[in-house]
Amino acid sequence: MSAPTPAAPPAPGQTTTPGQPLSGPAAAAVTAPPGILATVGALLRKELRVELRTLESVPGMSLFAVTTFVVFHFALNQSSVDGDLASGILWVTLLFAAMLGVNRLFVADAEQGGFDGFLLAPVDRSALFLAKAAALLIYLLVLEVVAVPAFALLLLLPPLHQALPDLLLVLLLADIGIAVIGTLIAAMTVRTRARDLLGPLLALPLLVPVIIGGARATSPLFALTHAGGSPARWLGTLGLYDLVFGLIAYAVFDFLLEE
Amino acid sequence: MARPAQPISAQATYGSGLRKLTIAAAALMLLALTMVFFWVPNDADQGFLQKIFYIHVPLAIISLCGFVAGGVLAIFHLRTGDRRWDMRSYVAIHLSLVFAVGTLITGSIWARGSWGHWWVWSEPTLVSFLIVFLLYATYQPLRFAIEDPERQARYASVFAITCGAFVPLNFLAVRLSTQYLHPRVLGETSNLPWKFALTFYVSLLAMTVLFVALWKFEMTAKQTRAQVRTLRRLLTEDRSDFVPASGRSAAPRPDAPLTPAPTTPGSAGRVHPPAPAPALTRTSPR
Repeated sequence: MSAPTPAAPPAPGQTTTPGQPLSGPAAAAVTAPPGILATVGALLRKELRVELRTLESVPGMSLFAVTTFVVFHFALNQSSVDGDLASGILWVTLLFAAMLGVNRLFVADAEQGGFDGFLLAPVDRSALFLAKAAALLIYLLVLEVVAVPAFALLLLLPPLHQALPDLLLVLLLADIGIAVIGTLIAAMTVRTRARDLLGPLLALPLLVPVIIGGARATSPLFALTHAGGSPARWLGTLGLYDLVFGLIAYAVFDFLLEE
Repeated sequence: MARPAQPISAQATYGSGLRKLTIAAAALMLLALTMVFFWVPNDADQGFLQKIFYIHVPLAIISLCGFVAGGVLAIFHLRTGDRRWDMRSYVAIHLSLVFAVGTLITGSIWARGSWGHWWVWSEPTLVSFLIVFLLYATYQPLRFAIEDPERQARYASVFAITCGAFVPLNFLAVRLSTQYLHPRVLGETSNLPWKFALTFYVSLLAMTVLFVALWKFEMTAKQTRAQVRTLRRLLTEDRSDFVPASGRSAAPRPDAPLTPAPTTPGSAGRVHPPAPAPALTRTSPR
């Protein structure tokens, strides 16, 4: 019954603690801890509110992506690209931009007592994984809302609208994989000595299947002669990856939180 | 690196049977190499070069199995909280990395000999093996970057489980992405002459026994080192430093609780690791 109250004092410097949004429903039903959906919702709202107030992840990721397109233009000395090359540039850029978000994902929680506040709350620990993965997924989707039109404007030769319906599906499937693995790796590396180095080092090999699937599924969409949709086997690979690693990350994430 | 101090009762766990196993590994390796070099005929296609296959393929299979085994052992660690499982998982992954280096080198030599290039990107087995190798190459940097030994063991187990599942899925994804070039030996055993098959299976068995023997050697060495350190610390009779040392608080005794209850949760990671160092420096002038 006193469970939500100790969550507030340990982190006075924080704008919002994970425990605070829980006090509303928890006050209504004092004895029953909130369900996992309510917890995930509260944590996700807190994540997004912190991001909206500090604006430290998504604008940086988007700007990084646009800058990388410019770098690719000069590095490759090409004013427009299509097919395999276009698909590769888009995916490398999105992956590296995602790494920026992954590196930032748990930093505030580790430095300002967010983990302690969350662990004091009487809620399911997997909720933190689900909320963080959902937040990262939203960051990635917002990033792509900026990066994909910018890519079409700056580098892509074939018109974007011919690729769009299939591309959205590929992006969504790949983003789920990146969000799941990114959240797991971010939680694993946030309290290590060299977290900025270790995060990408661990995440990039793990995400190679996502890049293979994403790049291969996208390259026919960016072909000059529009050959057709993405091959189903790449979508299947991405879906299988999301499923397997979603379940594994969900199962092992609890062990990263114990103190 | 986590070196859990073993209780004295568990002393003989890894040392027992080590000599028999070593002799068996040496004999099997000798038998396998004799068969490879003197008994099995040269391949009609590739001639003498093809014999590297009896080293390369068992190395690759055993190192991949070792990675997956490291993940399975890590599951036991997370389920039981017993730090010895973490040590087993660590040693399995460590040895598999060594075997993986051997696989990459022998594979490169073979590729140079038969395809003319040291590295072939269109070959899914090579590429997926390289990805797995790069992934596991970060296992030790991850461990070294975490100071608290108990958390290091837990995080390393999470990593081992995730990557253990990654190994088969990665091979699937990379294989889908490229056409076959690598010889599929195991898939088509029907057209493999029996002499080749027998030599291959003897080599595989020899490599397996070698891996297990090396695993036991490393486990015994780590256990012995931990015991020597415990005994040396007992000899110095510096009780004040002996009690809070990190290896003791999370000692993998089955009867002891995993996490020491009285310490404050936040300070545990920062206070413990420097503790053994002053114990050594302070006792030396005495």
